[in-house]
Amino acid sequence: MKTFKLGGVHPPENKFSSSEAIQTLPIPKKVFVSVSQHLGAPATVLVKRGDEVKTGQLIAKSSGFISANIHSPVTGKVSKLDNVMDQSGYKRPAIIIDTTEDVWEDGIDTTPDINREITLTKDEIIKRINEMGVVGLGGATFPTHVKMMVPDGKKAEYLIINGVECEPYLTSDHRLMLEKGEEMLIGTTILMKALGVAKAIVGIESNKPDAIQHLTQLATKFNGITVQALKVKYPQGGEKQLIKALTGREVPSAKLPIETGCVVDNVGTAFAVYEAVQKNKPLIERVVTVTGKAAKKPSNFRVRVGTPISELIEHAGGVPENLGKIIGGGPMMGKALMSAEAPIVKGSSGILLMPLEESDRAAMKSCIRCARCVSACPMGLEPYLIAQEVSHKMWDRTEADKVMDCIECGSCQYTCPSGRPLLDYIRLGKFKVGQIIRSRGKN
Amino acid sequence: MNDVILYAVISLSAIGVAAAVILYFVAQKFKVIEDPKIDEVEEALPSANCGGCGYAGCRAFAENIVKAGSLEGFNCPVGGNSVMAVVAKVMGLEAEEKEPMIAVLRCNGSRQNASMKVKYDGPETCAFAHNLYAGESGCPYGCLGLADCVVVCDFDALYMDKVTGLPVVVADKCVACGACVKACPRNIFELRNKGKKDRRIFVSCINEEKGAPAKKNCNVACIGCGKCVKVCAFDAITLVNNLAYIDYEKCKLCRKCAPECPTNAIHELNFPPRKPKPEKKVETPEKPVPIETVKA
Repeated sequence: MKTFKLGGVHPPENKFSSSEAIQTLPIPKKVFVSVSQHLGAPATVLVKRGDEVKTGQLIAKSSGFISANIHSPVTGKVSKLDNVMDQSGYKRPAIIIDTTEDVWEDGIDTTPDINREITLTKDEIIKRINEMGVVGLGGATFPTHVKMMVPDGKKAEYLIINGVECEPYLTSDHRLMLEKGEEMLIGTTILMKALGVAKAIVGIESNKPDAIQHLTQLATKFNGITVQALKVKYPQGGEKQLIKALTGREVPSAKLPIETGCVVDNVGTAFAVYEAVQKNKPLIERVVTVTGKAAKKPSNFRVRVGTPISELIEHAGGVPENLGKIIGGGPMMGKALMSAEAPIVKGSSGILLMPLEESDRAAMKSCIRCARCVSACPMGLEPYLIAQEVSHKMWDRTEADKVMDCIECGSCQYTCPSGRPLLDYIRLGKFKVGQIIRSRGKN
Repeated sequence: MNDVILYAVISLSAIGVAAAVILYFVAQKFKVIEDPKIDEVEEALPSANCGGCGYAGCRAFAENIVKAGSLEGFNCPVGGNSVMAVVAKVMGLEAEEKEPMIAVLRCNGSRQNASMKVKYDGPETCAFAHNLYAGESGCPYGCLGLADCVVVCDFDALYMDKVTGLPVVVADKCVACGACVKACPRNIFELRNKGKKDRRIFVSCINEEKGAPAKKNCNVACIGCGKCVKVCAFDAITLVNNLAYIDYEKCKLCRKCAPECPTNAIHELNFPPRKPKPEKKVETPEKPVPIETVKA
């Protein structure tokens, strides 16, 4: 079975919620819609206090090339424009809406019928994706329309649909592939048309045999789409690792995947594209897994963006007694939440409830130079060395050791027998070196 | 046998003389003419190489002074007025008397005043924690308590108070080099006038949030009420972004503002205790206590 060669780990999968069907979460009384839910410039707010908004109405406009529109996820009245605590505890500008009865904006098709015929042209598709505020739902929230615009001189050959979901615990993409497989594949066809490619590969890890079988069966009806089973290995869902696993090509250091003729999109993004193009529906809801060893009822929810995380935990059986940490995202890449009142954003794929006995970090010991982190690093870096350089503030050497190539997958920290916070130091190094590189560009 | 020794001595001496002659001419040719004043100025400097003057070290500072030929814009914060007087003497100039400065921590979010809401167990460095999250108390402006400032202080002038969890400036040792100001990712330290008899008044908070959210995280946050601005007779206090700031150049240390502050965010250091006013009883016994008590 195919996989990538360099590095990687295999943490316990713990996919508790993989057989739980996606439930639609009731709309909360109040939603907190952040204006920076995507990579790039925050959107410009178009509404003011007291405005009545309908579900799907544009409330904040994209403010640059790399930015995305934001639509109202609910019907109601804008009660306040204020700074709201995000998942890190810092306050960011957000639109707070008091909800009333759900009324959708005109022109949005909310029926469950599958619309199979693609009528829009290539440019219209990209324009529609931009208007509907679709961003990459794998976690990085890169605006999808930017990805669709292949730069001059480059040619896209493959569209890769990422159904790997290599993060332990998370099952939102798995459930989406099972329940909305056909819509997802129509979305893939739309993306293929927008990119002008003839071939698309859906990569799925072999721990989801039902999804592989279901999609292989469906894909026979679509031209050019193949489904490829992959060996279970973390971080196969990383863009660069997935390209390597499926095509054997390697993305050069500090370059984008388009260098290898590949464009990678998540299955969630493909589904959002289907809804945006065929149903005229903006990206205002997503599938979020609430799971973890402490979770009373691991579940998958379809949630409106802006719903407080506490609401999701409530519907997944409530706050457990032995709760240690709440993590936004998966256990490998996610960050512990500062407050459960933080809202769901477009990039939230899961909420992990970690029990007390598991949540404390191991005490940090000295590096024993075992080089397990080096063999685990899927980017071929030397994490122990970079972490050491960062702790000594040697930014020039940190940069020379390619800290910017790190994909922050956390494999190094996972394998470290001395419990060293390697990824934390590397993240700090990426931040500092990034600052230095940007300031160099200005001079 | 004797001949061999003789030839060896003669030939080696000849090589030595030839090399000395060559080296003499080379040294003449590549001679670097340096102002002897540079060495003299460097001699006068404290050789701490802390970078507090803004130059790469004491030597670079001396070179730049001699090059500029004036003392304008040059100040060695470590040596203070006495060192600058010697430097001026070497240069044949008049030294301007400068008020000595000291680093001041503008946060009083101790464990007692700003209760812990989450627990942090990542690497012990403020630079990382600042990027990661708002802080254990939830205040996105306050001290993270992971001692990046203590690490960079070359003069042993900072230590972490175990009870409050905040760094403390040792007034005797602080030379106002500014290393902590640069190291703090939240820019909490400020260099202020040392003040007469070491007395200082400053707002010990840099939270720019509105009153309610600021007070929610910390008992002693500046809530931007503006009472101190009204009471100040010297126009020394300004209120920008819900935060009061006392200009140390205008402040006359009259102490009128401190009792006005409803949250005790204004600190007065090293003043004699106030005479208790007979008619005003203490209403709340649990009034937050200013923590900087280290006296010179």
